[in-house]
Amino acid sequence: MNKRILSLAANRLAIALITLVIVSFAVFFATTLLPGDTATILLGQSATPEAVAGLRTAMHLDDPAILRFLHWLMGLAQGDLGTSYANNMPVAALIGGRFVNTLKLAAITAAIAVPLALTLGITAAMWRGSVYDRAVTILTIGIISVPEFMIATSAVLIFAVYLKWLPALSFTNEVSTFYDILRVYAMPVLTLTFVVSAQMIRMTRAAVVETLSTPYVEMALLKGASRPRLVLRHALPNALGPIVNAVALSLSYLLGGVIIVETIFNYPGIAKLMVDAVATRDLPLIQTCAMIFCLGYLTLITLADILAILSNPRLR
Amino acid sequence: MKRPPANTIAVLGTKFRGRVGYRVNPVGLIGLAIIVAWTVVALTAPLIIPHSVGEIVDFDYFGPMSRTLWLGSDYLGRDMLSRILMGARYTVGISLAAVAIACTCGVVLGMTAAVTGGWVDTILSRLLDALNSIPSKLFGLVVVAAVGSSIPVLILTLSVIYIPGAYRFARALAVNVNTMDFVLVARIRGESLFYLIRAEILPNILGPVLADFGLRFVFIVLLLSGLSFLGLGVQPPYADWGALVRENIGGLPYGAPAVIVPSLAIASLTISVNLFIDNLPAKIRDKEEH
Repeated sequence: MNKRILSLAANRLAIALITLVIVSFAVFFATTLLPGDTATILLGQSATPEAVAGLRTAMHLDDPAILRFLHWLMGLAQGDLGTSYANNMPVAALIGGRFVNTLKLAAITAAIAVPLALTLGITAAMWRGSVYDRAVTILTIGIISVPEFMIATSAVLIFAVYLKWLPALSFTNEVSTFYDILRVYAMPVLTLTFVVSAQMIRMTRAAVVETLSTPYVEMALLKGASRPRLVLRHALPNALGPIVNAVALSLSYLLGGVIIVETIFNYPGIAKLMVDAVATRDLPLIQTCAMIFCLGYLTLITLADILAILSNPRLR
Repeated sequence: MKRPPANTIAVLGTKFRGRVGYRVNPVGLIGLAIIVAWTVVALTAPLIIPHSVGEIVDFDYFGPMSRTLWLGSDYLGRDMLSRILMGARYTVGISLAAVAIACTCGVVLGMTAAVTGGWVDTILSRLLDALNSIPSKLFGLVVVAAVGSSIPVLILTLSVIYIPGAYRFARALAVNVNTMDFVLVARIRGESLFYLIRAEILPNILGPVLADFGLRFVFIVLLLSGLSFLGLGVQPPYADWGALVRENIGGLPYGAPAVIVPSLAIASLTISVNLFIDNLPAKIRDKEEH
């Protein structure tokens, strides 16, 4: 590893940090656009003007927006996430367990989706133009073109309504045996795996196919290397960078998918919490959830960029 | 990105020459036909619906498909076919308006950035990249939480979400054109920024930009449906296809057509747009992937 790579990576990190500040700015101001006075909403219609004024001062609502933004940002940086409007609990306490739940869902999905997508993508590229390749391509285009909730509802229809293997649209916390865990996670994970894999397969296939059109692969072909050897030995090591990049990018699709999946399967995760918070207009909770999602998304994108830099042999 | 030499779907059908002088293959034409059909439905919906959308016509809820109610009835016993035909107005209309705003703004900004260069380019790119690092569904959630969900707000939000993508795409194309000699000549002639964009850059990136327009339309349809499905998109009494799925989700355990058919409507629209664009002649579609 040399200085050039370090500086490029540091550059990416700095950009990510600046982006994070801009994003937090956007999230804060979008949520404070709310028409109606927060203090009045909190205290109800019958509150006295003095009480409202008192709460406004206590919550710094009369300060200029930029000060409130800085105040909020400092709080976030110090781990003070604020207090939920809806039930007066610290946001951190509300989020804690649910965050773990969402991470669990994401981790299981990634553990299944990544190997699956890489296998399908690489083999599709290996037998490019075959019936198998066409089937994979059409399937992935199909999945990308439909909304996530359609995949989820189809999964429910097939596995719960027609086959009756799994419970429909219900989520219980009474998971004791391995079989229970399997039953509970099967459909959310299945849906998310579909959503994430489709992108990953497409990008992996494209990366390998692109490497296959380089002169050194042609050389290998001319010297008589077999198709699998051509792909696995000559093309794959050089496509690794783009593939790892694709994996990180595709995993960021988890975020969009997880919002729908947690809602439809009633999974007690952070995305469901946020959708509920939107319904009750619980701003601190929305802000924090939004920041967590943005942070996760940004981490994955930055990781993808840095991995792409690291895997470029010309920079090494 | 270099495209694979053999387009997998293009191989499927025998190609023939369309009226426009480009080769369009049958799969692409089927896609186009479905797009046109939905557009016609969206335009003429009030004239062709068999029942009024609010009218309760079935004694049973989540009724099955029958001769009188072709697509069954919804959770209140209203005619599903009429609701889907009317839903096309909202899904197609809102998405089309949003994609038009997003692509116009994105492409104009992208070309401006590419032609101007310097700090304008840097600041625009940084800002829009930052906007791009907010997951789209989340952005929608936050805005809806803040300002509520009316149709103009939805259109504006959806277009803001997809401006960065359109910008990035147009800028990348425009930067390439910008290095050409004829642009240099035009600059030396002393042409204005507006002239450069309109007469030199735009005609040379129009094909791929239109293909991108189609792809972005698909993204917006999916996002709008997703938001409506979460109850944050089109609000009752209006209902787009995503909202129709949400209303009728209770029918899922019975396998009611009311849940399945709106999803199929969305899928038919998005898949046909994708098929159509995938099968456009390479001349137009060139570099459609980002």
